[in-house]
Amino acid sequence: MGVSIRGGTPLRDEEFRAVIKEIDSPRARYSMAAGIAYSRFLEGLKRGEILGTYCPSCRLVHIPPKIYCPYCFKHLTRWVRASDEGRVVTAVVSYLSATLETLEKPEIIGIIRLDVPGHRFSSYRFPGILHRICGASEDDVKTQRIFDARVKARWLPEDKRTGSINDIECFEVIWG
Amino acid sequence: MKMNVYVKKRVAVVGAGLTLFRRRMLETPQELAWIAAKRALDQAGLELKDIDCVVSGSAPDAFDGVHLKGEYYSEGAGAIGKPHLRVYVGGGTGVFVPIAAWWHVASGLCRRVLVVAEEKMSSAADPHPQAVFRHIWDPITEKPLNPNLIWIFALEMHRYMHKCRVSKEDIALVSVKNKRNALDNPYAQAGANITVEDVLKSELLVYPVNRLDISPVSDGAAALVMVSEEWARRLTDTPIWVEGIGYTLDTSYWTNRELSFPVYLKNAAEMAYKMAGIERPMKEIDVAEPYDPFDYKELHHLEGLGLAPRCGAAEMTREGVTQRDGDLPVCPSGGLLGVGNPIAAAGLMKVAEIFWQLRGEAGKRQVKKDAVTGLAQAWGDLMQVGTVVIMRR
Ligand SMILES: [Zn+2]
Repeated sequence: MGVSIRGGTPLRDEEFRAVIKEIDSPRARYSMAAGIAYSRFLEGLKRGEILGTYCPSCRLVHIPPKIYCPYCFKHLTRWVRASDEGRVVTAVVSYLSATLETLEKPEIIGIIRLDVPGHRFSSYRFPGILHRICGASEDDVKTQRIFDARVKARWLPEDKRTGSINDIECFEVIWG
Repeated sequence: MKMNVYVKKRVAVVGAGLTLFRRRMLETPQELAWIAAKRALDQAGLELKDIDCVVSGSAPDAFDGVHLKGEYYSEGAGAIGKPHLRVYVGGGTGVFVPIAAWWHVASGLCRRVLVVAEEKMSSAADPHPQAVFRHIWDPITEKPLNPNLIWIFALEMHRYMHKCRVSKEDIALVSVKNKRNALDNPYAQAGANITVEDVLKSELLVYPVNRLDISPVSDGAAALVMVSEEWARRLTDTPIWVEGIGYTLDTSYWTNRELSFPVYLKNAAEMAYKMAGIERPMKEIDVAEPYDPFDYKELHHLEGLGLAPRCGAAEMTREGVTQRDGDLPVCPSGGLLGVGNPIAAAGLMKVAEIFWQLRGEAGKRQVKKDAVTGLAQAWGDLMQVGTVVIMRR
């Protein structure tokens, strides 16, 4: 019962390499259907429009859009067009890629609270999206100057758009 | 909050067991599960034949690389020939496992339940176990932006810093405290005597997050034995009662809400407090193990749990309230920052720590005050689940 008493056998790096008996690299390729609401959302992006759905029960505008309200469970049929402008709710500077390799050029990422003409939202729930932020420096993030800054979507040229969240290159800060 | 919870049987914890938490272990997932399970059975004075049901938990299958992970490790968890349930709510899993085990006993379905959580992250070593998290996002609207998991914590941490006027120094104090607490924990991977300066000067990953703001990745397992009142009385003079459980979800669209305060956790905590008859958590909880995969999360969660005023957890930390000899010791185990973060096992380790603290069995980690009521909490999925367990001596 030695093992039980010790509570396991920690390994150093080189010891770990010595006990590896199998290296497996599963390669799964997925083809994902965009669904009812996102298909329309992505078509909108291609035209330079950010679309959402409105819930008359809780008055939220869902972006990305849903065919249902997750809170009220109502069927949503009213589509609204959000402005491609909004305000920065929070922002960070990433020095790492998705797989945690060091980036040559750090990226600024943020959450943008979008304006929707004719609609008002509480401070707790609002249409917010994750995206890259441009026209700001690392310092603007670190000093928190970037909080609440106005931003506007910088779109790819129309012929380069594919119906993707990446049809927006980034949200550019409008200082002033 | 309206709730319909009918409890048939009182539920107690009578044993707990852990493996070491380390970056890389020789043991397979089954062997890790077995070591922790055996130790919990030993403390309870039971053998596997005495166990009616097994409840287990583990985080994404992609870590162990076996897409049938619950079934794969189940024999090490003692599940063969018994009703077995594996549960999963991301990082919240570790505290959700004893919640699911509680249903089994409280409903009268099972009298003695073995509760096991296991994680083997070192298998996904190339390029880094974190890469597994590339596949947790909305595949249409988020994945194309190539997010990494640290982004979302950094975004939330920065929002919290901005809204609550909390500094990186304040937050680093949590890492300093928890890593120091872990020096007294024989299972811990990342115990250390560090300073605020060390945290601030460690590698910058995603501003405002530095390397030492984050818990390490780990291999490890944890287990409990949970039983009905008749069995608790028969097995021990010092059962620890599970008096309240709570768990709620928000949506996985985490960019649509104010991130500085975790409402989903407030809801989960209210559910647990109501069941436990706790009206003033700040006065009634003696020791807490909130989920601390990142240092700011301890502060954020203390506020969500109502154990600190909103935006007030940093001040409590500065004043030493959350130290082991303070008025509200927080993460006396060393937390995920100090003990390590084998995801599901780390959450269950927190419940085990509260069990040992309330029994007075925490050795050098024993909190100074006479702790009668304790709380363990985890959080997970995509910024959306809170899981809470309240225990009493
Ligand atoms: Zn609604």
